[in-house]
Amino acid sequence: MTTMNQTPHHLRNKRPIRKAPFVVIPIFLLLWMIGVAAGEPARVLEQAVQVCLSCIGIG
Amino acid sequence: MEFVRKWVQVIIGFLTNSSWAFPFTKTIYQGPLKVICAPGLNCYSCPAATTYCPLGSIQQLLGSLRFALENGQHYFGLSVFGSIGVLGGLFGRLICGWACPFGFIQELLHKIPSRKFGIPRMLSYGKYLFLLFFVVVLPLVLVDEFGTGHPWFCKFVCPAGTLEAGLPMLFLQPNLRNTIGLLFLNKFVILILFLSWAIFSSRPFCRTACPLGAFYALFSKVRLIKLHLDEAKCTNCKACHHVCPMGVKFNESPDDPECITCLACMNKACKFDAISLEIGGLPLAVADRGLTPASKP
Repeated sequence: MTTMNQTPHHLRNKRPIRKAPFVVIPIFLLLWMIGVAAGEPARVLEQAVQVCLSCIGIG
Repeated sequence: MEFVRKWVQVIIGFLTNSSWAFPFTKTIYQGPLKVICAPGLNCYSCPAATTYCPLGSIQQLLGSLRFALENGQHYFGLSVFGSIGVLGGLFGRLICGWACPFGFIQELLHKIPSRKFGIPRMLSYGKYLFLLFFVVVLPLVLVDEFGTGHPWFCKFVCPAGTLEAGLPMLFLQPNLRNTIGLLFLNKFVILILFLSWAIFSSRPFCRTACPLGAFYALFSKVRLIKLHLDEAKCTNCKACHHVCPMGVKFNESPDDPECITCLACMNKACKFDAISLEIGGLPLAVADRGLTPASKP
């Protein structure tokens, strides 16, 4: 019978790999790709290169 | 490690604000780099900004969604949500601690010697309300006669926008000073309140009002890089409580949405190596207190 004390140290401290990040990140990567395919970056750039007066509290 | 973090904050702050031609051009950077998403809160109307602010862009896209749909353009903000979602999935609120210029400014202000105060935990829920209502619902729902919504958070609240864009633009373009009204006064008072509060409490804006921090906080349990608590080694000495700039009780809540992974608990507090940095479950780093393994208690 293998007890805790007999288990090698490196195996005793081994943690399972968390799978959640590998699900979440591709989902948002897919969303990003859909947005890019829809042409959003051009619209974002169009907005970002203009001074947004109402955004900064002027006008 | 704190020294490294400070330098990372400076370098990322500089990279996201690296257009220094504004004293001559008198306006903001208008080049193609602005298609890149800033990881932290960094107003894209800042004269030096070379990236776009995800919060500003989401509000603008949602505010003009009806107009876009009428023109056959499906701009739901997916590329922006996708960008910050990938960042959130990778780092979560580590970005607040390492890559947000406005967080860095608050940290510097907190170094001013003064009596220090905590922030009631209940106030931390305010940022989720700002995210839901001021960033998503109000720009989408409350529209003018042209069917266009306003960027509510940027327009009425965002102190980063006032500091990084409003004040510099007033300095660069004197004709804008004639347009100052109640709107600017409201935002200026909010800025002064948060900057003053930051002297007495650690990162008050991040903890109570930042919608971007609220978004990244949603990834606290699923992000790739995060701190891990080894419960077998933890003695519940509560040393980690006293060093956390976000008021996290790490031994009680290792996946706390407020944790910005500044590593203070790991490096400055825990003497038992109970806290480590992990990537997807695999150990990435252990405490760096200048101790050799043999000299550790």
